Amino acid sequence: MKNWPEPFNLVVCGVGGQGNILISRIIGRILTAQGYTVSIGETFGAAQRGGSVFSSLRISEERLYGPLIPEGQANVILSLEPMEALRQMKFLGNPQVRVLSNTKIVQPADVLTGKVTYPGIDKLKSAIAHLSKHAWFVPATDIALDLGSAIVTNIVMLGALVGSKTMPISLKQAEDEVRATIPDAQIELNLEALNRGYQTTLGADAA
Amino acid sequence: MNDEKSQHATRFLLGNEALARAALEAGIHFVSGYPGTPSSEIIRTIVPYAEKSNVHVEWSVNEKVACEGAAAAAFAGLRSLAAMKNAGLSVALDFLTHLSMTGLGANNGSMVVVVCDDPDGHSSGDETDSRWLSRFSYAPLLEPSSIPEAKQLIRWAFDLSAEFDCHVMLRSYTRLSHASTLIDLEEITQQDVQPQTDSSVSISPYLARPKHAAVLKRLERIRERFEDSSFNTYEGPDRPQCIIICGGSGYLCARDAVDALSVDQSVGILKLATLWPFPKKWVAEHLARSDRFLIAEEVDPYIEIHVKETIVDAGWNGKLIFGKESDHIPAYGEITPDRVSAALSEILDVKYSGGSAEYDRQIAVEADPLIIGRGLAWCPGCPHRATFWALEKAIKQDRRNAYLTGDIGCYTLDVFPGGKSLQNLLHAMGSGAGLAAGLGQLGRFGYKQPVVAVCGDSTFFHGSIPALINAVTNKSNLIQVVLDNRATAMTGFQPHPGTGTNALGQPAPKIEMEDLCRALGCRVTVADPFDIRSSIRTIRHLLKEDTGVRVLIMRRACELVRMREENFKPVTVSVDNEKCKGDECRICTSEFRCPGLVWDDLEGYATIREDICSGCGVCADICPFNAIVNEEVAR
Repeated sequence: MKNWPEPFNLVVCGVGGQGNILISRIIGRILTAQGYTVSIGETFGAAQRGGSVFSSLRISEERLYGPLIPEGQANVILSLEPMEALRQMKFLGNPQVRVLSNTKIVQPADVLTGKVTYPGIDKLKSAIAHLSKHAWFVPATDIALDLGSAIVTNIVMLGALVGSKTMPISLKQAEDEVRATIPDAQIELNLEALNRGYQTTLGADAA
Repeated sequence: MNDEKSQHATRFLLGNEALARAALEAGIHFVSGYPGTPSSEIIRTIVPYAEKSNVHVEWSVNEKVACEGAAAAAFAGLRSLAAMKNAGLSVALDFLTHLSMTGLGANNGSMVVVVCDDPDGHSSGDETDSRWLSRFSYAPLLEPSSIPEAKQLIRWAFDLSAEFDCHVMLRSYTRLSHASTLIDLEEITQQDVQPQTDSSVSISPYLARPKHAAVLKRLERIRERFEDSSFNTYEGPDRPQCIIICGGSGYLCARDAVDALSVDQSVGILKLATLWPFPKKWVAEHLARSDRFLIAEEVDPYIEIHVKETIVDAGWNGKLIFGKESDHIPAYGEITPDRVSAALSEILDVKYSGGSAEYDRQIAVEADPLIIGRGLAWCPGCPHRATFWALEKAIKQDRRNAYLTGDIGCYTLDVFPGGKSLQNLLHAMGSGAGLAAGLGQLGRFGYKQPVVAVCGDSTFFHGSIPALINAVTNKSNLIQVVLDNRATAMTGFQPHPGTGTNALGQPAPKIEMEDLCRALGCRVTVADPFDIRSSIRTIRHLLKEDTGVRVLIMRRACELVRMREENFKPVTVSVDNEKCKGDECRICTSEFRCPGLVWDDLEGYATIREDICSGCGVCADICPFNAIVNEEVAR
């Protein structure tokens, strides 16, 4: 990748059911269409039942990489939940990492039971910002609910990724792939979600 | 995922989808299997081709039956594939071992068994290594290192199977089955075969010895073929300081490690795709290049032991083998780029660091205190949560400390943070029933706790029935609770004999488990888990009966399935803040633990998460102060 690291390592993370797999495949297809060799690793099965989930994308101009990103080697982390961003930063982060995170929290079981307290969102944001080169915080769930369905939270975050210019993906390419992937009845809603997400980071100053 | 929209000659495919596609391109006629992560997508991928490509696709009742069906097709001259996870291979192994003895007969059929291991146990109760079972059952074994290679190996596996008249095993693993990349598509073909059977595949005990001898001869011929396989490769300098010997996931990890340490001028990589019979001669030729070898594989030291055997056979002294047995690679868990890099760095004395120490220190100070573990939990509205709530209450009221044996499925989440931890034993599919049948015999020795087994509907058909028959005929004393949510939910809602549909989604004869259990001589009760009070009474009553085999079917469709079909919340749930006792109570979030109910720390009362609440309304029944209110929604 010209001006991009070789290989480029992207992490897409969140909580089971938030749709990380869908957007990582959309990103994979967009980059593949541009001629990059993309390898995606995913966790599913039991992990989907409310657990932490993540997809790893390894993008190369040279060869097929294995799906596992070596420790400390993520270039971008795209997170559908703020604590999950931090969890991935612990293993894959580095001072140069760029992080985009949804601001809506999802309480883990231990928080629901009252065993532990979820730290305030401000604490999480400040840790993420401090431990990354750039961080963008996106109220993706709020935007999705505003559009009528929490289910498009992941597409809002995909739009935010495109707007941040941290990867070689244009809005047009993302729109085309959303059109090719999403069932017809949902395309308009998803395109709107994509554009709303795109506007949140386009030209925005990162934290 | 709508892959069908694009019809190019390449497609972005999951490893399992590529395996399935390869089988279709190889001209498969018959495919069978039982769902299990990480294998389930193989059969799902073939389903859309069942009609247009004339492939028989079935979700079998268990893996042994799946293999028997696939073998029958191969005996008759067809191409067949059976797919399963590692635990399933153990279920099928009795048959497969005998299948190796008979071979596939004279009709030129072929059969490939794909087993998907789960190193690290991401979705499994164990991380057992299937490679040994291939050797154990005299079956040739191929292991791909990448998805494109997996696709080629499936094709070759069918050819080998037909040529050598035996089934061939292909081992996949989580990081292949659940990885994806761009794959070239070729045409889907199929040969017209008129199925016919002959008597060439029968076996009787007195033939065991000569058949064994013949099988060993066949394996020798396959070994010779493997010695020349272009799927086994060496890359690197002629005389490297060290060679990484690897198979499967280890190969791409080894490439990462060589890059990370910048040692491509001094380290070679020997990649094996044919693991049994082990291509000793070919490996020995490359062992001659160096004196130091790092074995990068998962889970067990399978390649490592075979390399050591090769060295002993060659009579070499002074060659150093690093791997699991020398503690350079951990003896359990996945192989990762970092594990290979760390081992290589130690062997070569080359500095390597996965990250920066200063960043790690910052993470420890700033991130670690904020990170909370995210344990698995049942989905909002899951009927299992209601069943376990009722079980806990009934067992408490019964006061004899009933002992629960568990099983494999979504209800296993009982032992995770979101659950009740009522299950004491968790082993194999159907073992809950067998263990309960045993415990239910111990009254004569003074064992006084009532015994309750818990299993799901798919597990019931897969493995519980023989144990229940055993319990009835031997007069055991137990309750078998079947959590009937109308799907094999954990692995992706596959049908089973009780759902009334087949793998293609077509109507199929429905086996009513209550009729079946009654025919076996069990006393059967059916209850609705969402009717909490009545369920508690029913369970208490069954505990009190304290004799014979009682089956309690807790019947309520999985909420994910229902929501997908109906897309409708039957009730709107809300919390009456006046009635909620706040922190003094908290039963809803601390004991019932539905993710749709969260605690508002600022206000100090429960609140409903509208975005994920499925509207089951059960929480209204567990609130002791009637503070949770259901409002019926008109359709």
